[in-house]
Amino acid sequence: MSESPQSETQKDGAGLPEAATSWEPRIVAFICNWCTYTGADLAGTSRMKYPPYVRVIKIPCTGRFDPLFMIKAFERGADGVLVSGCHPGDCHYTAGNYNARRKYTVFKALLETLGMDMDRVWFSWISASEGGKWVDTIRKFTEVIQEKGPFREYREMIDVG
Amino acid sequence: MSDRTDKIREVARKWLADGTVEAVVGWEQGTYREKCSPVLVRKPEDADRLLFNDRCTNNLMTYLKRDPVRGMEKVGVVAKGCDIKSLIGLLQESQVEREKVMVLAVTCEGVKKDDGTVPIKCQACDVNTPTFYDEIVGEKVASNPDPEARFKDLEKLDAMTPAERNSFWREELDKCIRCYACRQACPLCICSRCIAEKNQPQWVETSPHPRGNFSWNLVRAYHLAGRCVECEACETACPVNIPLMLLNRAMARTVKGAFDYEAGKDPEVQPPLRTFNLDDDNSFIL
Repeated sequence: MSESPQSETQKDGAGLPEAATSWEPRIVAFICNWCTYTGADLAGTSRMKYPPYVRVIKIPCTGRFDPLFMIKAFERGADGVLVSGCHPGDCHYTAGNYNARRKYTVFKALLETLGMDMDRVWFSWISASEGGKWVDTIRKFTEVIQEKGPFREYREMIDVG
Repeated sequence: MSDRTDKIREVARKWLADGTVEAVVGWEQGTYREKCSPVLVRKPEDADRLLFNDRCTNNLMTYLKRDPVRGMEKVGVVAKGCDIKSLIGLLQESQVEREKVMVLAVTCEGVKKDDGTVPIKCQACDVNTPTFYDEIVGEKVASNPDPEARFKDLEKLDAMTPAERNSFWREELDKCIRCYACRQACPLCICSRCIAEKNQPQWVETSPHPRGNFSWNLVRAYHLAGRCVECEACETACPVNIPLMLLNRAMARTVKGAFDYEAGKDPEVQPPLRTFNLDDDNSFIL
């Protein structure tokens, strides 16, 4: 079979036609309904501009975040994962983000033990009024991911062995 | 050793005869001379099958999560100090009712693996003489004054760069055949339906390819973080010798450092991932 752009796309698991020709970062952001999502919304209604490479997945609260979401995102071709929610003390459900913070601590240590690239995993607190912080965070994260290039190691583990 | 065996038999016989318990879970002589097998004794006359020696490695608390034992009115369990830690974990999570279990504790100088070596948990044991039981047999045995010694193995992981660590684990986890023996042996892996078996959606890839192995082992370690009592049942059960305890101990060390908590100590304390402090570490969150 000849090296058509289509087969390249499929091999990459990318699903997006442009990925065959030029790589674009794919960032998955798990963000909470009450703060960060509203913050991102504010950035939008304020006509702020930021890199378009982020895929937003809304969760009810960072307490809902399960580390498996992150694993799944990397499996499906994410180059970076951001988890963001309300600042400590601001949780809509009083304590969801405090519980999430404990989970992050443990999960982060587990990923470090397994030698995962921790520059691709970001956590942040962004409130509903921090549209600017959302824009900054996505900008910085995109820069980091662009510098690091695609995260093939994880999803291509399936091709080995 | 043998007087402990005699006393275990005596107590088990008494409990079974007077109806204190429906059955006693203990160890008996295995098929091979150097191994012991778990046994469920229901009749007083069978109590003589029970024994205790340095090959009683199995953590019998794992039987408390099995349905036949769960259905019993009351069950007796012969347990070393490390096994009792698992029971404390189960009690903390309301998986077992204290009134339904009779603990026949046995003091222990440490067990041996199949190859005759002493496991790390025994080298750094702090519960040679159990403190949580209904009845205890055996003379008092002094514990290792430095239980932190069990984290010594982690230093070789700490010394590696992330890339080296990653290839180390890639190599180790590639061996996994997804038999889930680690899960079955673990007394604290209590879900009646494991996430690895859920397929709507499929969270963990089921084929034993490196990526599926990676996510399975990661999920297993994560679900035991802050709960694992380091009984080493998973590593002992693993047919391909994956150093699972390195992962579990790394988690235990993290939990101890971050939340000042050690699993299996106090049944009244909240497990660390079920509670929080307002001043938990926030430094890594933007």
